[in-house]
Amino acid sequence: MKKIISFLLLQIITVTAFAQRPDTNVEMADLMRSNGKIYVVIAVLLTIFAGLLLFLISQELRLKRMEKKLNNHISNQNNNQ
Amino acid sequence: MNTNNWMRKWWWKVLAIMLMLFTIVIGMMATVPALPILHETIRNLYYHVPMWFGMTLMLLFGMIFSIKFLRNSRMEDDIIAASFTKVGLLFGCCGITTGMIWAQSTWGVFWNNDPKENAAAVGLLLYFAYFVLRNSMDDMDKRARVSAVANIIFYFTFIPIIFIVPRLTDSLHPGNGGNPGFNAYDLDSNMRMVFYPAVIGWTLFGTWITTVISRTEIVNRELHFSMNNISMNNSSKQLDSKF
Repeated sequence: MKKIISFLLLQIITVTAFAQRPDTNVEMADLMRSNGKIYVVIAVLLTIFAGLLLFLISQELRLKRMEKKLNNHISNQNNNQ
Repeated sequence: MNTNNWMRKWWWKVLAIMLMLFTIVIGMMATVPALPILHETIRNLYYHVPMWFGMTLMLLFGMIFSIKFLRNSRMEDDIIAASFTKVGLLFGCCGITTGMIWAQSTWGVFWNNDPKENAAAVGLLLYFAYFVLRNSMDDMDKRARVSAVANIIFYFTFIPIIFIVPRLTDSLHPGNGGNPGFNAYDLDSNMRMVFYPAVIGWTLFGTWITTVISRTEIVNRELHFSMNNISMNNSSKQLDSKF
């Protein structure tokens, strides 16, 4: 089940060739792309995302320990009764 | 009977991370149509719009858990429903703020009194009212029951307000004022290939946040009940099944 769902979802992100931008007079950040400065922006975004992820994961692991502790406590309590 | 097992699984969280990494990197890199007025801000489609899609789905899941609660009276379902709604509201606030930033650059002012903007603001206020209502009751059973009913009513009020009403009139938002969808923007299918993973990624990520919030709240309740020597659901004496 999980393999199928993961496969299908990851299938979506398989990028085929991106078409060349047609010549237009609309001003875009082409300079940022041509001199590679856009990677700086991507690095910043990835760092922020990584920070948030680490926070969420550590919070979940802490929660897991709490659940375990509480569960032991409750089952002890039930045994004593 | 371990119904909340999916919360402890890791595979869909890893999937969420992968989809979001894809969105961040390819969303900034991929070629986008060069359109006047929009320029590079067209990339906001990958970041602003998934907020609203994610919010709608979070609220939908919340409503489903409210129905589940009314059917079986399990306190966990009430907590999960409220957590989903909370994350939905968070996404909505992010959506409206990012929308204002985008509106400032493309439409000239932060708030245009555009029908869709106003409708979204009303919708968010509706869900703020949900939390005011929910937190105004001390009795846990009563609170769970009333807020579950309110959540279902609010969802079916919210959807027409945000999706149907703006289409009845002229709106600055693409795809409103008659024609459905946002074909005005993403005529090229390259944008869809980043947009849909973004929606799925944010939905999974929001669900992940929801599970952490609701598990914290469940632990909090269990602690409260175990100190008072009562179990959370009268039916479940064996608490091992929960964790």
